[in-house]
Amino acid sequence: MADTLAPEPVTLRPSRSRSPQNKWTTERIVFTTLNTTFLILLAGLMLYPLLNTLAISFDNGQDAVRGGIGIWPRVFSLENYSVVFHMSTLYQAFFMSVLKTVVVVATNLFFTSMLAYALSRKEFIFRRSITLIFVLTLYFDAGLIPNYLLIKDLGMLNTFQAYWVPTIISAFNLILLRTYMKSIPDEIVESARIDGAGEFRTWWQIVMPLCKPTLAVIGLFVAVGSWNSWLDTLLYNSNEQWLSTLQYELQKLLSSSMASGMNGSGQAGGAAAAAAGAQGTTPIALRSAITMVAAVPILFVYPFLQKHFVSGVMIGSVKG
Amino acid sequence: MTETTVSKPATAASGPEAALPLAISSRASRRQDHKNRKAQKKTAKDPKRKITWDRIWAQRALMAMAVPLLLYQILFKYVPAYGWVIAFQHYRPGLGSIWNQQWVGLDNFRNLFTGVNGRQFANVIVNTLGQSLLSLIVGTIGAIVLALLLNEVKNLPFKRVLQNITYMPHFLSWVIVASLASVALSLPSSGGFINQALLNLHLISHPILFLTQPNYFWQIVAGTNLWKELGWNTILYLAAITAIDPTLYEAAEVDGAGRYRKMFNVTLPGIRPTIIVLLIINSGWILSTNFDLPYFLGNGLVSQRAQTIDVFVLRYGYQLGHYSVAVVAGIFKTIVAVILVGSANLAAKRFNQETLV
Repeated sequence: MADTLAPEPVTLRPSRSRSPQNKWTTERIVFTTLNTTFLILLAGLMLYPLLNTLAISFDNGQDAVRGGIGIWPRVFSLENYSVVFHMSTLYQAFFMSVLKTVVVVATNLFFTSMLAYALSRKEFIFRRSITLIFVLTLYFDAGLIPNYLLIKDLGMLNTFQAYWVPTIISAFNLILLRTYMKSIPDEIVESARIDGAGEFRTWWQIVMPLCKPTLAVIGLFVAVGSWNSWLDTLLYNSNEQWLSTLQYELQKLLSSSMASGMNGSGQAGGAAAAAAGAQGTTPIALRSAITMVAAVPILFVYPFLQKHFVSGVMIGSVKG
Repeated sequence: MTETTVSKPATAASGPEAALPLAISSRASRRQDHKNRKAQKKTAKDPKRKITWDRIWAQRALMAMAVPLLLYQILFKYVPAYGWVIAFQHYRPGLGSIWNQQWVGLDNFRNLFTGVNGRQFANVIVNTLGQSLLSLIVGTIGAIVLALLLNEVKNLPFKRVLQNITYMPHFLSWVIVASLASVALSLPSSGGFINQALLNLHLISHPILFLTQPNYFWQIVAGTNLWKELGWNTILYLAAITAIDPTLYEAAEVDGAGRYRKMFNVTLPGIRPTIIVLLIINSGWILSTNFDLPYFLGNGLVSQRAQTIDVFVLRYGYQLGHYSVAVVAGIFKTIVAVILVGSANLAAKRFNQETLV
């Protein structure tokens, strides 16, 4: 094998941008123009639905039902948002979403990294079998109703624990983190050992700080997943209003407007719609405002974290 | 070692072959390699690898870190399978524990596959496969095309902005995406800009209520999936494109290849392994995708084309209380999914590529 991998002789090859083919020929100008136009149109298509919803959410409720709003509100109004943040259910749901996301991220990172550390130690005798048991859970899913029955039998229905206890480890992130930890030179861990650090200390004080970039990526993915989830609320915690989350409230609003709005009038049923009527806004405007409130935390952190997200995908594509 | 004579020529060739990840090595040589490796491992680890109480005690700290979490995982991922027994019962939640129920043998299986739910469930399977396949095909083609076009953008800041915008929908929740889609597809008076655009272009003479037309439903699901995941799916293709040896492009240029020739004869073949592996792996999840969109966008008028397995389990099983039948559907899905994903991963490994799972 070694001889096939012998280093190639270093050649100075001209970079592509300097190759003679790259001068501005007619063909190139036409192609670049068409390509740029197409990509800009595509980007517009990606942004338009959100900008449209944003415009409707800042539009006067009575005016919004007339339709035809593009990406700029016709009759500017903050009424919809003030209704959203004065509806105690939505206000509560927002904070429950935040709390749930924070707890899920913290517990998930703590336990996943602890286990990943143990599984990354070469001397650990059970590491293969334990890894296998975790990897198999990527394929095996007992199903929605059996999972529900388990949560019910554990007495966790309608409790906050139902949000975070079942998700403290995700097998996929475990493998990512273990793979990363394996790449840390043994000498670092050995020297900690010689200085008298036990396993817990080595994990928490030596290995964890070295894993910060990967932990950040995993934390981001977990946070996005937790913030965006609604099925756990529907299955486990739908009977307790204080445990409701923003996505779940939005889901209820969407479902009721889908059920009653099929005539195309855009009328929504349900409590939120009744509240909308009483407060002088309309279901479509209110729904737009709630959509924006649910989307904005993601849209705000997104530009700053984009490069981490991408590097997370790249880590994920390398098998451990 | 009885095969040594048979596999000898192949073994001799296996060195350079292994260096070319895409070359197809013969089975015999692989088996031989495998044997050699196994033998090596055995001799290397035998004296140290034995599991004894002494070693377990010496590693008690690592045990304390791992074993509770192992038990946790078994409890939350494997133990729920005890719920599968209600597939053989007429389960009524009111009766309390699952050991208190009436046993009905295979009645639920018969009902689901051939009996009262037979036609509905056959339809559900067709919908699941149809929506997933359509989404997969449209999504893959879209992502490849976008990756090729993005690759031609030489202005890096512009490229980065485009990438940021197209990745963004991936991070929005399905609730939000479904909400945006339902507005986009409604009548112009409710903000339905798709109808508005089609009217303005004179492609239709009067607005269409897309979400009440069963025949549009699969396309709507595929289109919405495309909108959400298009940019995100380009990441791996773009990475594969950057890994293509630049000298191949230079050689093609010397041979007089233009932009399109290079695209079709260098770039596409270069990312072909990535395309194949991703297609194989994604087709393993074909029964498990498509839950949120058909759940939110499906309604009574389109349910014959909208209901997928997961939606069936949630709506018919959980919400209407037909627990036992829904568990049968869930078992069916899990078993098929395990087989599909397992064989998809094996197939991907045959391409000698690193797999995602």
